[in-house]
Amino acid sequence: MPTEALTPLRSVFRPHPVARFMNERAIPVLTVVAALLAVWLAATYLLNVTVQRDAFERAGTPYTARTLFLATYQMERPILPSPHQVALELWKTTVETPVTSKRSLVYHGWITLSSTLVGFAIGTLLGIVLAVLIVHSRTLDKSLMPWIVASQTIPILAIAPMIVVVANAIGVTGLLPKAFISTYLSFFPVAVGMVTGLRSPDRLHLDLMRTYTATSSQVFWKLRLPAAVPFLFTSMKVGIAASLVGAIVAELPTGAVAGLGARLLAGSYYGQTVQIWSALFAAALMAAVLVAIVGMLDGIVRQRMGIRS
Amino acid sequence: MATVIPLDTRRQEPRSQDPAMTEARASTRPAVIDIRGLSLTFDTADGPVHALSNVDLSIEKGDFVSFIGPSGCGKTTLLRVIADLEQQTGGTITVNGTTPEKARLNLAYGYVFQAPALYPWRSIAANVALPLEVMGLPKAERIRRVKKNLALVNLVNFEKKFPWQLSGGMQQRASIARALAVEPDLLLMDEPFGALDEIVRDHLNEQLLQLWAKTEKTVVFVTHSIPEAVYLSTKIVVMSPRPGRIHDIVESDLPRGPRLLDIRETPDFLKIAHRVREGLRAGHSYAD
Repeated sequence: MPTEALTPLRSVFRPHPVARFMNERAIPVLTVVAALLAVWLAATYLLNVTVQRDAFERAGTPYTARTLFLATYQMERPILPSPHQVALELWKTTVETPVTSKRSLVYHGWITLSSTLVGFAIGTLLGIVLAVLIVHSRTLDKSLMPWIVASQTIPILAIAPMIVVVANAIGVTGLLPKAFISTYLSFFPVAVGMVTGLRSPDRLHLDLMRTYTATSSQVFWKLRLPAAVPFLFTSMKVGIAASLVGAIVAELPTGAVAGLGARLLAGSYYGQTVQIWSALFAAALMAAVLVAIVGMLDGIVRQRMGIRS
Repeated sequence: MATVIPLDTRRQEPRSQDPAMTEARASTRPAVIDIRGLSLTFDTADGPVHALSNVDLSIEKGDFVSFIGPSGCGKTTLLRVIADLEQQTGGTITVNGTTPEKARLNLAYGYVFQAPALYPWRSIAANVALPLEVMGLPKAERIRRVKKNLALVNLVNFEKKFPWQLSGGMQQRASIARALAVEPDLLLMDEPFGALDEIVRDHLNEQLLQLWAKTEKTVVFVTHSIPEAVYLSTKIVVMSPRPGRIHDIVESDLPRGPRLLDIRETPDFLKIAHRVREGLRAGHSYAD
């Protein structure tokens, strides 16, 4: 019997990788970045101009429209700092400051990152365990699922200080109380995604296992778990971003002295908007890198599993 | 010589290419599947659905039996009862002389579904090895059986490919290899070629007959194609819907073993096909 054609035609017509990257990724992203920067620059002038004009008038400094315009981008404590001020601050607090310094964003970032990662690891594990229990027990499905959903309706800002206080009271200090809040936020997407994933095998695939008289643990390891892997990674991407939010939120109301959240809080106490924005950008950057790492893991695992992406 | 003979009266069992050599005789081969007064009623929100009603059927070792009928006639359900994927609500059924459940636990059959149902994260070889892993066979034996059965379905060079890299016909052949890897005496096939185009289907039908002749397995095959049923089978079970039941059982006296596709042009073939078609029509299958 003749074998049907197999050659993946798309590989023949694939353009050069760099050109492909530029066309499919870089150009669209850069366009959006440029548009955002334009909006930001316009907003900087519009938000700062009144304050700066007042400052000039109070100091009796003569100004023209041009000097006023330029001055709105150079203020000490602007309403909205300009992009270059934020970039400069980021550069100063990461590259030019030693990482051991309390002024180093790398130092604060690491504090937040470590509790994010610990919280995420616990949250992912907890989510997977809950999902496995829920999929294998009707009772747990009925009894646990509503609580899992309800847990996410409680405002995290309200519960964060209580978790920290309770954890401290029972002798758990340092990294873990903050990590618990990351866990609290990240276990949910993982649990929900894994429940969906573990239930994703269709009737046919399950019947097949039944004809082999497979035990439920064989069905789990050979069918349910591999079928759930793509779902797991999708929810881990959501989970790790939520973990970072959890770690930052945990630092806000609890009097933490270090971490990106503490940096945000200190910035807002002293009206250091440039510091707030640079901490925000550091957090956003960190989130992007974390999600990208999970995405890369996803890609590697998919490739090894032979799943076409 | 009659082309078609009802099961109930006598059996014809042609063993040679020459129709003159065939002789009517009582069945001496043991029944692999014995079904008596079987019925199955599904309870649905709209009331009970009689999927199967009072089915009597005996399938002997080495038979190639097709269930044919319009959708809703219960042919797939009947196959699933044999496979212990559904349980009857009335009557009795034995598979290999025991209950379907025991037969399933003994891995008495290989089941080929409508869709290939290959696991996308497993290579073709790993897919064929799946039942062998579940059975707990040692690795050397798994490799031996995978090689042997992929060779049977002409997929030797595709072991390392993943399912999406294969055409639909090749995927279904891989799923047949997977069913054969269990080395069952009984092969249950639920419209395995229904989703394929006619040219591929012809090829696979030809290959399936060769395989059947080579391995001497008992095959139960669900289809809604008259030519496919007549071409493949030694016995054709014509079913009709509402309630699902057997309307007619047609014994084919076409030569056993590998048949050429050209047999479909012969008068004998057309006579059997005509009787099957008449059966389907009488069973009101064209009424709606």
